[in-house]
Amino acid sequence: MLALENYLVLSAILFSIGTIGVLTRRNAIVIFMCVEMMLNAVNLTLVAFSRYLGNIDGQVFVFFIMTVAAAEAAVGLALMIAFYKNRESIDVEDINVMKL
Amino acid sequence: MESIFFFVVAAVAVICSLLVITCKNPINSALSLVMTFFCLATFYVMLDAPFMAVTQVIVYAGAIMVLIIFVIMLLNVKAETVKPNTHAVLAGSAIGIFSMFLTVWFLLKGSLTGATGSMSPQSIAKTGHIEIIGKALFTDFLLPFEVTSILLLVAIIGAVILAKKRI
Repeated sequence: MLALENYLVLSAILFSIGTIGVLTRRNAIVIFMCVEMMLNAVNLTLVAFSRYLGNIDGQVFVFFIMTVAAAEAAVGLALMIAFYKNRESIDVEDINVMKL
Repeated sequence: MESIFFFVVAAVAVICSLLVITCKNPINSALSLVMTFFCLATFYVMLDAPFMAVTQVIVYAGAIMVLIIFVIMLLNVKAETVKPNTHAVLAGSAIGIFSMFLTVWFLLKGSLTGATGSMSPQSIAKTGHIEIIGKALFTDFLLPFEVTSILLLVAIIGAVILAKKRI
């Protein structure tokens, strides 16, 4: 069996790539996908710890994270559609007023 | 053998996630992200969590990515033509890489000790992964499970209210 560090380092790399994407991209949908990637990196950490500690609780947490990600996808994409209707753009630089 | 397989799949996962943040066209990013999700499902199988792998493929690679690609095509998002701000890209990458090295340093410095639970590959093979998860979900985590249903209800109502012009 592989050492736990392999999974944790891979998860850290994926999380950092997601962070870089969130900080550098300007397309709101791509930023959203990077957030999903960060959530998945955390899921990998939880499943790896759950396996190596012999405790199922980590995998139950992964379920709740998946639920939150699904809710976030529904609400976030609805927000983007509403924003696109107003501004004809999903560039985050254009999101600079609260009310139109 | 297992480590060779791990490193090949890990390389594919990292390359695909790099493609997600470098592709100009959002559709290409989305498809690379699907590939990353499949690689993570492979890792769940390697970690003796087959049900998590199935859920990963169905929920993430299936439902959420279909929703994202649907929105990309609905809004007809074009590839980015504006040149990105170089200073912002440099600063963001520096922060990300710094945090990565910090995390890896802490990971390699620490060591894993402490309680080992009752779950083992033998017990998973004997009773089944779904049964173990179901028992935990419906006994220890019953209240969070019920609260999750309220969260999903709120998400449905919120999505309808946001996307509809007048209710």
